This record gives sequence, structure tokens and C-alpha cells, in this order.
Amino acid sequence: MRYSALRLIKESLTGHKGWRPQWRDPAPQSAYDYVIIGGGGHGLATAYYLAKEFGGARIAVLEKGWIGGGNVGRNTTIVRSNYLLDGNEPFYEMSLKMWENLEQDLNYNAMVSQRGILNLVHTDAQRDAARRRGNAMILNGSDAEHLDTDGVRAMYPFLNFDDARFPIKGGLLHRRGGTVRHDAVAWGYARGADMRGVDIIQNCEVTGFRIEGGKCLGVETSRGFIGAKKVGVSVAGNSSRVMALAGMRLPIESHVLQAFVSEGLKPFIPGVITYGAGHFYCSQSDKGGLVFGGDIDMYNSYAQRGNLPVVEDVIESGMSLIPALGRARLLRSWGGIMDMSMDGSPYIDKTHIDGLYFNGGWCYGGFKATPAAGYCFAHLLKTDRPHDIATAYRLDRFMTGHMIDEKGQGAQPNLH
Amino acid sequence: MIINHPLLGPRDAQEFTYLGDASLINRPYWLSENALREFHDYLYLRDNPAGKHRELWFHEQGDRSWLVVTRNTVTHEITKVELARDVAKARPKPEVLQ
Ligand SMILES: Cc1cc2nc3c(=O)[nH]c(=O)nc-3n(C[C@H](O)[C@H](O)[C@H](O)COP(=O)(O)OP(=O)(O)OC[C@H]3O[C@@H](n4cnc5c(N)ncnc54)[C@H](O)[C@@H]3O)c2cc1C
Repeated sequence: MRYSALRLIKESLTGHKGWRPQWRDPAPQSAYDYVIIGGGGHGLATAYYLAKEFGGARIAVLEKGWIGGGNVGRNTTIVRSNYLLDGNEPFYEMSLKMWENLEQDLNYNAMVSQRGILNLVHTDAQRDAARRRGNAMILNGSDAEHLDTDGVRAMYPFLNFDDARFPIKGGLLHRRGGTVRHDAVAWGYARGADMRGVDIIQNCEVTGFRIEGGKCLGVETSRGFIGAKKVGVSVAGNSSRVMALAGMRLPIESHVLQAFVSEGLKPFIPGVITYGAGHFYCSQSDKGGLVFGGDIDMYNSYAQRGNLPVVEDVIESGMSLIPALGRARLLRSWGGIMDMSMDGSPYIDKTHIDGLYFNGGWCYGGFKATPAAGYCFAHLLKTDRPHDIATAYRLDRFMTGHMIDEKGQGAQPNLH
Repeated sequence: MIINHPLLGPRDAQEFTYLGDASLINRPYWLSENALREFHDYLYLRDNPAGKHRELWFHEQGDRSWLVVTRNTVTHEITKVELARDVAKARPKPEVLQ
């Protein structure tokens, strides 16, 4: 069923009785050409592009819970193309271009809103770094603008400009960045994939791989064995657990990241603001809630909830940037488990096991990557070659010395 | 979280900084035949289990000792706390050094 204004009018006049479920609920078949593990944004996008662009034949997505219950439904919805390094920025620029056309492509309202992202700077050194980053972005076809204090004041007059320790000296403005309604992305891709024949199988946990003679023949699941010519793993925070079933150890640690939303307020933050002097970033949802977050909890965690010290730290940082925040009440906070990689950059690669492919290590920034990661992973699954724009995301890059470390932090995942 | 320091008793986890998996104590022997591969695995690969995890915490705002904390990464329950130096001393030495 295609969605359109005409359809909406028709349904409104007939009591909304014509809407159908957006995807089927099929029982698993005994074998597929492609099995994608993980019904998050990445897994669903991979299945969608496999079916749509790469002529994939029989495809299934296996999800242990319900689709959208993982990080795709827990993130703070920011999409941007403002990376520095060559291995990354062309990829994220491709992703942002795909977001710009996503709703038309999916025939789905994902509320893509290019409301602009402002990274604040507070020192001369930060201004230099922002200029360098801005130049790298422009060289890669993205957009960047430098604002001085007055420029920032014109956009966000309520910020704490004259803080004695961290005065606001300007900012790097990325106008094409913004937010996207996160679970609509999962639903839109699911519907698009389902319409092209992909079986989306929920409540189906992968519990093992059947590997014989160095070749992956399929997966053991809570709903029985499912054969597959190729298996793509895209399970975000659970990457290490799932790949351990295939005997692999990954350059990944799992950490929890929290996010927060306030009660609904009248519109006052039109874009996304990131604080340069503490871990805090904030936007306002279309319902009016302030959506904000900060640092990860710093220690390995598979608990989808965080601890109070980080809550305090995030709110303190928020208060020092936006004093008005103190008047708002917090509505909810939650956590998601992230696959923190050793250099802060992701992996889209084949494994040493024939027919087994891996996409993960997206840290706290994989939502914005969803379209491009799905596309590039589908490309790899179909052709056995990395997509030109994702050649740097190799699993063996620490062995060969080709790390992509945006922050230069070294192999310390909680600092990326 | 409260970490029961072997010397100082129960301390708030906020006094500590976190390094990671306690296997980082087991630095490979630099003259071993597979040193390159061993150092790669040591530095970059992790078990990253859901459940019992032995990990290194540094008492930065305390007595500045390194601890090996055994903690459940799903429930955050801490079941054992040792001084890292005791753990390190109890390891077998690499053959070449014996
Ligand atoms: C609080 C928070 C804020 C964030 N903010 C942003 C942001 O502003 N911008 C941004 O770009 N990114 C952000 N991220 C990161 C982003 O959400 C993730 O990187 C991205 O969603 C991960 O890809 P995914 O959607 O496929 O993951 P998920 O939605 O987690 O999908 C993985 C799926 O795999 C399933 N699975 C796991 N194990 C198995 C198994 N054995 N069998 C079957 N299925 C299995 C899980 O149930 C899950 O549904 C944030 C993350 C968090 C937690």
C-alpha cells in the first residue's frame, strides 16, 4: 500500500478501516540466500538495499526481540556529516545525501529535519580545530560555516555566553545536519524490505552458527536451524556475543550510553547544539521535549540502563550551557548498549569464515550511518567486495596500522 | 556502584577511573616468536563478555592503587576485589624468564 495525501483523505472519510499492517509476520523458511542477523536500523536497511539495489533473492532478517527495540529506537536521532578523516567523511557524506532522499525512496514519513548542528567552541585551540574540521568537511562535499560569538548569539541568545571559565567564542555550523525520527527509520526500512519480499522474523534469537570446513552454512536460532548461503551480522551492542558464537574475538567493547528527554516545552531550540567544554548536546523534538545526552558510563556494560553519576554529570554540563534547563522537568532517561570500537570507527567487512560477514563497531554514532551502512553492507554481501566508499572499515586494520582514530585516543574504547 | 577496596574498605566507584579487561596485565613477551600477533591481540581484541568480567580500576582519587574488580556486566554486581599487584605476582612467568 502506497502512502499519499489522497490515501489519507480517503481513509479519513471511511473511518480509517483500510490501513493494513506495514509488514508481514512470516514463519521462518528452512533456507535463504541471505540471512541478516539483527533487526535494527542497519540490519533492516541492509535487507532493503539487498532486495532493491542488488537483486538479492531470498532474504530474511532475524531479530531476537522486536524490530526497533535496540539502539535504533534509543538514540538521540542526530544525523550529520562532520567528520575529519578521509576514511570516514566521504562515507558519512554519502549517508547524509541518502537521508536527504530517504522519505521519497521509502514512501515513508521519517521526519527528516535538516535543522542544523552547531558545535560550540570555547578556546582558540578549539576554534583552530573547528576550522580544520570545517575545511575537511567542505573538501569532501559537505557544508560548514564558522560563526563568531555574535553569530551564535543571534541563533541562540539564551546560552551562557560569558561563563568565566568557558565563554562561548563561536561555533562550527553544519546546516545540512539535523534529526530524523528514529523508529520511523526502522519501520520505513522494514516496510520497504517487506514489500520487496524480505521475511522479517521477530522473536527469533540466533544462538549459534553452523560452520563446516571453514564455511558458514546457516544459523541455529530459537526457532530452529535456518540455512543460508551468506550471513550478515549487524547486532550493534551484542556484536562480541554473537561473533563469539563463531569463535571470533572482536576489537570491540560494549558500553552503555544514556539519553534524556524533558517534558514538552514551547519551541525554543530550533537546531542541535553541542557543548565544547563538557559532554552535553541537545535538541528539541517536534513534540517539544528537550532531547539530550552526554558521555558513556565509562565501564563495560550490557545493562540497558546507566548509573546516576553520569546523569548528574550530563545535567551539570547542560546547566552550565543552558541555565534555563533548570526550569524544565525530566520526563524520561534510558540507556542503550553500544559497540565501542578500538579507534572509534566502524567495521564493514568479511570474516575469515566463508559466507560470514560483519557490520558493527558503530559506537555512539551509528544512527546517522544507517542508510550508507545498509547500502555498503548489502554491496559487500552481494559482490564480496567492499563498496568504494567503505574500504577503510576493515577488521584487520589494527594489524596493518590503518586505524581511523578521529580523536587520536588510541585503543581505549571508552574515550572515543 | 561501591567498590570494596581490599585496603580501604567500601569506596564510591566515582573515586576510580576505569581501564578495561584485566587481561591487560598479561603483556606478551616481546621476544616471543609471534610477538606481533600477540601484541595485536593483547592491545586490540577483547572477550567483552555479558556476565562475569575481570577488569582494572585505578583509585585515582584515593590511594592510587590498581585493583582487579570482578563485576557482572549485566547486573553491575561486584563479587571480588583484589590488588592488581597481587594478581600480577601470582601469574606464571614466561618460560624464557624462569
Ligand atoms: C542513547 C543513545 C544515543 C545515540 N545517539 C545517536 C545519535 O544522536 N546519532 C547517531 O548517529 N547515533 C546515535 N547512537 C548510536 C546508534 O543508535 C547506533 O549506533 C545504531 O542504532 C546501531 O545500529 P542498529 O540500529 O542496527 O542497532 P540496534 O537497533 O541495536 O539493532 C541491533 C539488533 O540486533 C538484535 N540482536 C542482538 N543479538 C541478536 C541475536 N543473537 N539474534 C537476533 N538478533 C539479535 C537486537 O535485539 C537489536 O534489535 C546513539 C545510541 C544510544 C544508545
